[in-house]
This record gives sequence, C-alpha cells and structure tokens, in this order.
Amino acid sequence: MNRIKELFKRKQEDVLNIYFTAGYPNLDSTQKILKNLSKLDVDIVEIGMPYSDPLADGPTIQASGQKALKNGMKLDLLFDQISEARQLSDLPMIMMGYFNQVMQYGEEQFFTKAKDSGVDGFILPDMPLHVYEQEFKTLFEDLDLGISFLISPQTDTERIFKIDELCRGFIYMVSSASITGAKKGISEQQINYFKRIKDLKLKTPRLIGFGISNHETFSKACEYASGAVIGSAFIKALDKENSLEDNIINFISSIRNDKIVSI
Amino acid sequence: MNKYKEHIEIDSRGYYGEFGGAYIPEMLYGNIEEIRKKYVQLWNDEAFKKEFDQLLKDYVGRPSPLFLAERLSERYQTNIYLKREDLNHTGSHKINNTIGQILLAKKLNKKRIIAETGAGQHGVATATVCALMGLECIVYMGAVDIERQAPNVSRMKMLGAEVRPALSGSKTLKDATNEAIRDWINNPLDTHYIIGSVVGPHPYPDMVAKFQSVISEEIQVQLAEKTGNKNPDAIIACVGGGSNAAGAFYHYLNEQEVRLIAVEAAGLGVDSGESAATSKLGSKGVIHGSKTLLMQTTDGQIIEPYSISAGLDYPGIGPLHAHIISSGRAEAYSVTDEEALKAAVLATRLEGIIPALETAHAFAALEKIKFEKNEVVVLNVSGRGDKDLANYIKYLESYE
Repeated sequence: MNRIKELFKRKQEDVLNIYFTAGYPNLDSTQKILKNLSKLDVDIVEIGMPYSDPLADGPTIQASGQKALKNGMKLDLLFDQISEARQLSDLPMIMMGYFNQVMQYGEEQFFTKAKDSGVDGFILPDMPLHVYEQEFKTLFEDLDLGISFLISPQTDTERIFKIDELCRGFIYMVSSASITGAKKGISEQQINYFKRIKDLKLKTPRLIGFGISNHETFSKACEYASGAVIGSAFIKALDKENSLEDNIINFISSIRNDKIVSI
Repeated sequence: MNKYKEHIEIDSRGYYGEFGGAYIPEMLYGNIEEIRKKYVQLWNDEAFKKEFDQLLKDYVGRPSPLFLAERLSERYQTNIYLKREDLNHTGSHKINNTIGQILLAKKLNKKRIIAETGAGQHGVATATVCALMGLECIVYMGAVDIERQAPNVSRMKMLGAEVRPALSGSKTLKDATNEAIRDWINNPLDTHYIIGSVVGPHPYPDMVAKFQSVISEEIQVQLAEKTGNKNPDAIIACVGGGSNAAGAFYHYLNEQEVRLIAVEAAGLGVDSGESAATSKLGSKGVIHGSKTLLMQTTDGQIIEPYSISAGLDYPGIGPLHAHIISSGRAEAYSVTDEEALKAAVLATRLEGIIPALETAHAFAALEKIKFEKNEVVVLNVSGRGDKDLANYIKYLESYE
C-alpha cells in the first residue's frame, strides 16, 4: 500500500510534513537529511527538486535551489539519492517541483523512475488539473502514486470538490494568498478560511502549508487540518552553526515542543 | 481553403496547436479565470471597443503612418514600407496593449497595477496608462536592464511608477517576469498584472495579440490605399516574446501568400552560448505559465539568454509564434548584436529614423533575405531608439 495512504489511515492529526531542497546545503545533504528526519517525529518528507525559476517560492527556497543547482544537483542523481535513503527509511516521501522538469525528463519515465526509487507522491503546483486528468491519472492509479493539488483562499467550492476528487493522499492547503516563506503568525481571516474548508467535510485529509514556521503556527494549523507542511523555516534552520544533525534535531523538537523524540 | 486557420485560432483551453495553455499555481487560478471570462466579453462589447479605439486615436495618436522608405527600398532593390509604431505616444507599440489592459483592469475594479519590463518600453507604456487612469503602478525590471536602459527608468519614475529591481538569475526580463508573477500571487485581490508580451498563461497571449492586432488592421487599409492590394508579400518584425510581431501578423495569419518573418536576437551568435534565438535553440517546455519553445538544459532548467537588446533578451517565445514557426507558417531569422547595430545606423542614415535596438534586428533581416524588385515588404518599426543612444554612440565611436 502507498505509504502516504497508510500514514493517514493510522494518523489523522498533528501530521508533520517537512520540506527541504535536495542538494542543499551540500550535494550529498539529501540522504543525510532524509536519514535524520526518519529518526525523528516527522511523518512525511517533501523533497524539493531545485529549479531555475520557481514561481511559487519565496526567497529562502529560491536561494536554496540556486545553491543546490550550483552544487550540481540533477534529477538522475536525486533519484539515486532517494533510492539510497529508501533502503534505510519507511517514511512517506514526496517530490515537489515544477512541471517543466517533469516534461523534460519525459513524464511517464519520470513518474516510473520516481516510483522505482521509492517515491510515494508528488506536488507539482503548476500542473493543470485537466492535464493530470487526461494524461496521467490512469498512470498514477496503476503505479499507486500519490498526487496533491493545492487549494488557496481564492479557490471556489466547486473546484475544491473537484480537487478533493482528484487528490491521492492529501490536499495541500495554501494558508494565504502568498508565495512560500514565513509570515507573521496566522490571522483571523486565515482562521475563517481554515474553518470554511474544514466544514466542507472533504474526504481527503488536508495539510496546511506556506507560512508555517514554528510550534505556534504548526499547532494552530493542526486545529483545522490533519497537519501542516514546514519548508522555508526548516531550510533556514539548516544554516545554523551546529552540525547538520543537531540543527535538524533541534528544529523538529522545537516544532513538536518537547524534548528530543528520537525513536 | 485556409489550412492553418483552425490551428491558429486558440482552443477553449488556450492552445495554439500544442502550445499555450495555463500552467500556473493554484494561487493564480482565480485571477486568470476572472480575466479569461472578461476579456472576450469586452472584446466583443461595442462600448468597450469604442472607448479603446477612441483612446488609441486621441491619446496614442493612431493610426500610425505606413511610410514608403525609398532609400532603403533602393538599397535592397524592393519596396519597403515602414509601419511607424515608433511614432505612438511613449515611443513604441507597447501602448496599444497597455491601453486595452488598463481598461480591463478598471472593469475588474483593480486598484494596483504591476508589470514586467525588459527594454523599459512596456514599463513606460504601463506607467503612462496608470498615470492617465490614476492607478498605482509597480514595474519589475532586471537590475541589468535598469542599468542599460536608464532613460526609460527615469521616464517611469517621472510618471509616478515604482521601479523594483529583479535580482535573481541573469537579472533581465525573465527574472522581472518571475518577480511580477510572485507579486501577483501575494496580491491577488486588488492587483492586475499587465503582461507586456504575447507570453504567460492563457488568456494573456491571445488577449495581448488582440490588443496589438490594430497594427495589421491598419496595415491592410493603408497598404490597399497605397498599392491597391491589402496584402504585402512579406511582413518583418522582431520577436522577443513577440507582441509587435503578433500585432503585425494578426490579420495576415490566414493569408497564405503573405510571408511572415520573425526576427530573433542571436546575441553573439546562435551557437556562441550567448544568444536569445529561442526558435533555433529552444525545445518544448513551460515558461511563465505557457507551454512553448524555450531555451533549457536537458534537466529542464531554463538557460539564461543574452542579447544586447533588453527587449529581445528572453529565453522563451509566445505560444502563437512557437506554433506558427513550428508549423512552417512563419519563418524565423536570427540577427547578432553586431548586425543589429549596423542596421540601426543604416536605417538612421538612409531614412532619418533611429529605431530601437529591438527593431534594429528586424532591419538587419533585410540583409539576409532577397526580395524581388516588384515585391512589397512591410517592416514593423516597433519602437524608437532614444533609449539606445548610449549603445549606438559607443558603436559609432568604435569605428571612428
């Protein structure tokens, strides 16, 4: 069974999805980060495929992607790194990137290769729903792969139900009209939007992302969804002075707000 | 009858053949839908058309003249007509589109306007219509372009616009467009994004082409008056994203006997690694929300382009052009920096018209294509060259 599906079968709250950019800060950081995260109280990892022109991303993720590309990150290398990490970990792994990257690799080849490397699902924010439906839906069902589409405060109800129908795994709920990166807390307007979506009683679990950066915003998001995604704040934490391992441990425990939860 | 007709018109999802569409993050979906629903309705609305046409006439100064360039014609042994978009208010064709889009923005009750610009022509045209309508204006411009097109930066500031430098990538048009899109994601409710070219997600390529189509609409009438035939043998236009070319080609797309000639910037040479000749160097992919031809690595990373002309320094091409070039309806030529500079001087000295560096690429194509003595060629003079004088003077001095 798909690991994302399996996760949500046993856990419907406080799901923590950590995003990081593959190949950052160093080319071989990918496996190290995956290995460390799988020892901690993290439920899903989202592996960013560094891209030259990431339209939906703020300065932190843009800069990490540029660095990773400079380090020499390429898709084939990334698949190898994921395969290697998969030997040691059963954590659900998702790849996040832009549709052009998939197109150039060859869509079917890309999804098949990812599946073989141990990837469980995808987030491709600029892939249109109709393109997925017409060209890849059957393939995803055959390969038992997950796909998460985004909803934003501007997404109308009819479209939300359509997205609920198409998502496999979870819906990625963008917390506000914004690109990725930390904001100042969560506003009342955002809470109203969270409530509105919660009341729709969608069949697919929701994770809230964009602007989730600390224990407080994570907990708030978890009140209205199955969990949340943290990206930019995690990438910033990797830059701190300690070892990569300590930075990761400290960050995750600060989000969970408890002592080290090594399993 | 017209074997291209059905292909040149976009389908319901905004594809010209296999190019086009709307590859955008969900955060922009609502905005794009809003525009998609409104623009065709407005385009077919008599009151809107009247307002648009009136402004083009009284404010922009249309119709722009079609001028028989006798000395150029003599030199190239053919009949060359210049469509004088450089004589429009603000000095280029860009104003046709910004007038259309500012009227649309007002109908959508938007209070804040953003735009990207390369050479600054579109930035100036946007800042101008914002001043005219009293709307806030923010223009994103690559830091490199701010440097090399300084006169236009001053004009935008004079017009009350805020010019924000794009500091990522090669700090040129592509990066300015990225920043404008990010701004729009952050401000979806009160902001309209005036894209300056026939690029971006559907419906922008079609909408901008429609607003620019006045160019070929006028050419048809003017040419019929001058020659008795509304169809020339060829139309030449430079292409970055391709808005002036789209406007000049528009009403001729289905006229098979009219050659459509798109001229791209080769920079230091098509194979030099410093080029923006997208149709030669590009492959199918997605850039700025549209499936088209773009310069990219095998891993799908967009390659930083290069051209001396900031307006042509773009790694993609509008989906309409990707389609008509791939299908053979249009021909693509590429012109280097050096050839463009030389052509600019020649046009200036023969006709007393200083073209923009972008337009100079179209003039340079005359050196590469042999026309018959009785043929009629229309060259779209997309903009004037005041902004490029520093480059031109430097070039002239290098020969003194």
